[in-house]
Amino acid sequence: MQFALMIYHTPEEFEMRKNDYNHPHLGAWRAYYKALVAAGVYVGGNALELPETGTTVRVKEGKRRVQDGPYADTKEQLAGFIILELPSIDVALEWAARCPGASIGAVEVRPLAPEAMRRGFTGE
Amino acid sequence: MNEIHQEDTHRTIERVARESYGRLVAYLSVHTHDLASAEDALSNALVSALNHWPREGVPKNPEAWLMTAARHSLIDVIRHQKVVLESEPTLKFLTENSTEMSLSTSTQFPDERLNLLFVCAHPAIDPAMHTPLMLQTVLGLDAARIAQAFLIAPKTMGQRLFRAKTKIRSGGIPFEIPQERDLPERLDAVLEAIYAAFGLGWDDMAGADRRGRDLAEEAMWLARVLLQLMPREAEVQGLLALMLHCEARRPARRDVKGRYVPLSEQNPEQWLSPLIEEAERHLAEAFQRGRVGRFQLEAAIQSVHAERARSGRTDWAAIVLFYEQLLKVSGALGTRVGNAAAVAEANGLEAGLAVLESIDRDAVADYQPYWAVRAHLLQKIGKTGQASEAYDRAIGLAEDPAVREFLLQKRG
Repeated sequence: MQFALMIYHTPEEFEMRKNDYNHPHLGAWRAYYKALVAAGVYVGGNALELPETGTTVRVKEGKRRVQDGPYADTKEQLAGFIILELPSIDVALEWAARCPGASIGAVEVRPLAPEAMRRGFTGE
Repeated sequence: MNEIHQEDTHRTIERVARESYGRLVAYLSVHTHDLASAEDALSNALVSALNHWPREGVPKNPEAWLMTAARHSLIDVIRHQKVVLESEPTLKFLTENSTEMSLSTSTQFPDERLNLLFVCAHPAIDPAMHTPLMLQTVLGLDAARIAQAFLIAPKTMGQRLFRAKTKIRSGGIPFEIPQERDLPERLDAVLEAIYAAFGLGWDDMAGADRRGRDLAEEAMWLARVLLQLMPREAEVQGLLALMLHCEARRPARRDVKGRYVPLSEQNPEQWLSPLIEEAERHLAEAFQRGRVGRFQLEAAIQSVHAERARSGRTDWAAIVLFYEQLLKVSGALGTRVGNAAAVAEANGLEAGLAVLESIDRDAVADYQPYWAVRAHLLQKIGKTGQASEAYDRAIGLAEDPAVREFLLQKRG
């Protein structure tokens, strides 16, 4: 079963990330990534650029609407995501609690849509 | 009615609810086997108390008052269920005893909590649900609070509790104390469940994550209830002693800046000596009963650590001896890793590492304490490269930010 761990940061955390590529937190993230790979559960994932670099696109009544900034107007913003292969939601929550993002912001855990539905999307 | 009085009344209700919850649920469910209805009836009774007591004053015997109110509510519930034939004996029981109860001024109903504890930890119930069931039915914790402690979505915890109670009601699980020959095993399940509420205390190891469930107080309450009901069981006292020793170190586990302090660097003056003394009393009594078990041995290890407050040193050889005994009754990962750490202190780093190496690698892939101990030993032996690999694993598997920070510092 695959789960997405969606990592949300506060503005302060984004600010710190922007200014310091050697921030001590990075050591914790590196270690977390290594632990995921060593446990054989890591499928994929990545960090995202800052929320203000986002652009939101809608097409309404045939007209394009383009907006600066991220889709959701919230204090905490999506900062990255990780896809994991795990036996159950219980184990997924364990890994979410270990994620450095959980102690500085929030981590949402959501199952990926079932394989059959995903195949419906891709047609493969 | 002035506000202070009202506040007093509310506090009284809270206190009575806390002290009597398990007794009332146990007594209300012992004949029906229906925990959910007993809990509903009791919560109706508590709501009713909140309405009546501030106006009419707190009754002389609040517990008996709650019992009467809950019993009436339960009779209503059962009548509504319309399974008249089946519920006839229960109704008879409830109505027959109810007049006597409402007239009585002393708490005359028997304490059935021991039955309830054995039901919660029955082998037919999923072991993962033993502790949540106890916390809910004996202590009255709500599903949301239990869900926090066990890192499970509140809705999911609610559903799992509901399923477990349905199984208890319709699965023929007896509300009775197990027979002599089953008792040790069944009691063990009860003790395990109480210990699971306490969380896992690996603070005798270098930078091992302590998965506190934030339920230490509740776990100790359960252990005390159990001890009151089974005053002659050595392992019950062993468990209480173990938890008291761990709890005694709470103030020393963080420095003033909130940083993690491993056991070896803790200042014994910060340990809570009344808790240590109580632990020692229980452990001494338990040992006298001559039936040594897992929890007494774990408590004994903590007792040796506590000695440092008096002697200024840790007798690692004694700890290793207790671990040898412990390994005969428990092959748990925590025991094996703890043993390796103790062997390293008593017989040298190489010996400790050898013990670690003997543990199956697959079993420890996501077991944080293993990597914390391994990193510590490799670093002391001077294998820097391997040590920082192990540190990374320990950091990546840590949940507590303070532990993570501590290990990042040590890795350098």
